[in-house]
Amino acid sequence: MQDFAGAFRLAVELITSGDTTLVDIVVLSMRVSLTAVVAACLFGLPIGAAIAVARFPGRGAVIVLLNSLMGLPPVAIGLLLYMILSNAGPLGVMGLLYTPAAMIIAQAVLVTPIIAALTRQVVEDLNTEYDEQLRSLGVKPARAVATLLWDGRYSLLTVALAGFGRAIAEVGAVIIVGGNIAHVTRVMTTAIALETSKGDLALALALGIILVGLSILVNSGVMAFKATAVRAAYA
Amino acid sequence: MHDVVRAVPFLLPSVTVPGSCLPLEAKDLVFEAGGKRLIDGIDITLRSGPVTAIMGPNGAGKSLLLRLLHGLLRPTQGEILWSGRPADREIASRQAMVFQRPVLLRRSVAANIHYALDVRGVAPAERRARLDAVLQAARLEHLAERPARVLSGGEQQRLAIARALSMAPEILFLDEPTASLDPASTLAIEELLQQARASGTKLVLVTHDVGQARRLAQEVLFMHRGRIAEQTMAGRFFAHAASAEAQAFLEGRIVL
Repeated sequence: MQDFAGAFRLAVELITSGDTTLVDIVVLSMRVSLTAVVAACLFGLPIGAAIAVARFPGRGAVIVLLNSLMGLPPVAIGLLLYMILSNAGPLGVMGLLYTPAAMIIAQAVLVTPIIAALTRQVVEDLNTEYDEQLRSLGVKPARAVATLLWDGRYSLLTVALAGFGRAIAEVGAVIIVGGNIAHVTRVMTTAIALETSKGDLALALALGIILVGLSILVNSGVMAFKATAVRAAYA
Repeated sequence: MHDVVRAVPFLLPSVTVPGSCLPLEAKDLVFEAGGKRLIDGIDITLRSGPVTAIMGPNGAGKSLLLRLLHGLLRPTQGEILWSGRPADREIASRQAMVFQRPVLLRRSVAANIHYALDVRGVAPAERRARLDAVLQAARLEHLAERPARVLSGGEQQRLAIARALSMAPEILFLDEPTASLDPASTLAIEELLQQARASGTKLVLVTHDVGQARRLAQEVLFMHRGRIAEQTMAGRFFAHAASAEAQAFLEGRIVL
């Protein structure tokens, strides 16, 4: 049984001293997850908005499917991507396995349905208000999608945040396609898993504290941003 | 074009496209929803010039008729002809509509008008002049850079009307534009509408307010249960309405 207080003290020391291993891990985590969320938004926002605005047969089924994909198990995605990216797989020649790029792809695949499904909801609500006015003005569908995305920008920021939360906290997919290689593909969650199993609770705890701290920081930042939007009646 | 803007201080008449899209004719117009016939065989002709007020009790189908004419709803049966031809994109671009609750984009006052001008393909060089003209007419110049949605209810509706007028529509549909506004805002909006009429825009106005119809309209369409009970000149309508329903409505009795 380890001494919890001792581990905690060590963790705080690691953070305050700016331990390079720790910093490397945190920086890589942020780089991977932020890139993944940006990529997921590039696909998820227009897809979600298009589904919100379009009327086509089978639309209900598409929405059910999209909502279900929000709960994709990360290990399953990791395994699937592993098979695609490994040497024997169809994209094996690209040599992406065990690189940060593979981790970005994995997280983007996990987060895109979340962004798309939540965007669909936000944009559909906004469209009930805008639909008649936009049609009256003669706005074409593609323009309407762009308008709804722009006018819903503050609500959609929360959507992106939800995606970031999923990406940064996820471990199953990145550990499979990244391999948890020190200084190359080791991120906060995979490091926590490894250090815990090794018994080095101090580093694991330090990373845990940073993970929670980052989460609080990002959330409060977005909340403050949204509050200014509410004051300007833009939200 | 800029000379026209100066000559007509607040609105460009539709001089860009030759020929008028009016008269607007509805022939045997029927609209059904949920198994109910809500618009029941309407035949009307709306000519350019007079302000037409569509009146009638709640549930008579006034707003529905307006949406059908504007093309927001597709009729179950019947046809709508603009100067003898069915609506197309070009015809649609000569119309505008203002809703009971103004729908304003989450942008500044000026950006709301810019958006409409951009959608309608107004040349960038001309947008500034139109923007200034309608903001001035709606007395919103001092609010140009404000977020549209922090304006008061009356200002929001003025902006919605200014935005509609910036597109220089030949015909403007208004669905109870002053229904929930204070008297001062109503007056400001009625003045704005008078100016629009003076510069040649055909106004079709759904209103509950008998006083407003008297002040603005030269022609009244009275609806009851999805049908046109009568279409008369306003003077005659208010002096002695022909239909029993309209008489009852004007006397303030409940019309079933």
